[in-house]
Amino acid sequence: MTISSLLRIDRIACDGHGLCADLLPELITLDEWGYPVIPLSVVPHELERHARRAVAACPVLALRLDSTAHGVRRGG
Amino acid sequence: MTVHPLSGPAPGYDDPYEAAGIRLLTGRRTGLDEHLARHGVLPLPWSGRGGGDERLISAVELSGLTGRGGAAFPTGRKMRAVADGKGFPVVVANGMESEPASRKDATLLDDAPHLVLDGAAVAAAAVGANTVHLCLARPRLLQAERMRRCVDERLRRGLDRINVRIQQLPHHYVSSEESALVRWLNGGDARPAATPPRPFEKGVRGQPTLVANVETLAHLALIARYGPGWFRRVGHPDAPGTALLTVTGAVRRPGVHEVPMGRSLGSVLETAGGATAPLSALLVGGFFGSWLPAGPALSVPFTRADLAQLGAGPGAGVVVALPKDACGLAETARILNHLAANSAQQCGPCRFGLPAVARDFTALAEGRPEKDLWARLRSRIELLPGRGACRHPDGASRLAATALSVFAADAHIHMTGHPCDAFHGSAVLNIPQAHVPGPDEWR
Ligand SMILES: Cc1cc2nc3c(=O)[nH]c(=O)nc-3n(C[C@H](O)[C@H](O)[C@H](O)COP(=O)(O)O)c2cc1C
Repeated sequence: MTISSLLRIDRIACDGHGLCADLLPELITLDEWGYPVIPLSVVPHELERHARRAVAACPVLALRLDSTAHGVRRGG
Repeated sequence: MTVHPLSGPAPGYDDPYEAAGIRLLTGRRTGLDEHLARHGVLPLPWSGRGGGDERLISAVELSGLTGRGGAAFPTGRKMRAVADGKGFPVVVANGMESEPASRKDATLLDDAPHLVLDGAAVAAAAVGANTVHLCLARPRLLQAERMRRCVDERLRRGLDRINVRIQQLPHHYVSSEESALVRWLNGGDARPAATPPRPFEKGVRGQPTLVANVETLAHLALIARYGPGWFRRVGHPDAPGTALLTVTGAVRRPGVHEVPMGRSLGSVLETAGGATAPLSALLVGGFFGSWLPAGPALSVPFTRADLAQLGAGPGAGVVVALPKDACGLAETARILNHLAANSAQQCGPCRFGLPAVARDFTALAEGRPEKDLWARLRSRIELLPGRGACRHPDGASRLAATALSVFAADAHIHMTGHPCDAFHGSAVLNIPQAHVPGPDEWR
């Protein structure tokens, strides 16, 4: 089993600064108001470094990289 | 009368309610004496301090009971996750019923308050909690007062070993979402919180928290007495038991009806006296439910799996019958405006996306087709789901998307700048005045 990283966004903290999309355009685009759209949150190995940069760049610390499946929706 | 846990003498088919498949709603207010005469004292010999109750949890798992608050998630599985969590579990009974089209929880709390309170005790015993927070909408003063009296009466008679606290929360569409309840109980705003952690992991005071709808709890009260086998005698093998449905719109007897799960939507309408006019569509689930074309929908069984095949779900148990002479686009536009105004204004999709969809939809309903309206609306609707802290935008998106497909023919007429004739008719859905909650109205 390979453990891959997952991109997580705290949607409440996110203010639509959009830096994440600049640094990680392969995975993140923006809607017309500048809020991130992430069709696939699994980060391929080769993009991991870019993903870390995007996480570090978020001015409100809304972006996170989770290395486990923790947080996958469960419960009603 | 003593009832043994999980194997009490269940009401037989000679019982008129049981024969009719009615378990929760007797149609009038049931006081404590009548409640005890009918069901006996709740058998909870397992109720000890600390630790959940394996026997009870497996019984709930076997019963196949699913949550009646919207997501239809298996209750037993959720209980197990809470009981297995780290800490001292807490139970939250969700009686907020913020869905404007639903009346089932209010009706249940009116008719059978002691089934709900029994169920709260069962849930507490199952997960090993000793506190239950019963969350109610603050404006419903009478409801809270009545429930408080019921709790006091049980306390006086020494029926409960748990501490039931009546909590009165701000009443907005999203203040009843589970993470909003937890956030408020922890001293914050009744607005959805960022997850994870989800309440079952870390909820009230940081403890594993079971959030359950009050109807779900009422079913638990009976499962604890009569067992999972009895529970499954009514309903569908994949969706056992009964459900409280609020059936409105063009039906003869609008109101809350208790219906065995798995009945067809057509038979649900019959329970409400049948349609009063030819129907164009059904709204299933509630304000963030799905529109289904009336013809094919009538034969669909009311279960999560069957509804899912049509892109719908049981939601809060709302079924609205839309007559042919009403305009589904106008109805949808009004609901969307309500949902947009009632969001917590926290996440991008609810601050910008949902209000934009509501505006576009209103333009469509009114026959004001701006350039690119159709394409823009479609892409905005598609971008709502999965991008909020809670599923408010997801629900709104589903409502809007199903409206565009079910009322596609009408939409084409509206797109030529002429609303359909029905647009000028009177509205079917009763929508409360949209009031945007101010920043200080969440506490
Ligand atoms: C915006 C929103 C509003 C909700 N409102 C209610 C509500 O009024 N009552 C309710 O029981 N569940 C409501 N829910 C679902 C709860 O979050 C939670 O899933 C439910 O109370 C769990 O109970 P159950 O498993 O018994 O269904 C709402 C969910 C969302 C996303």
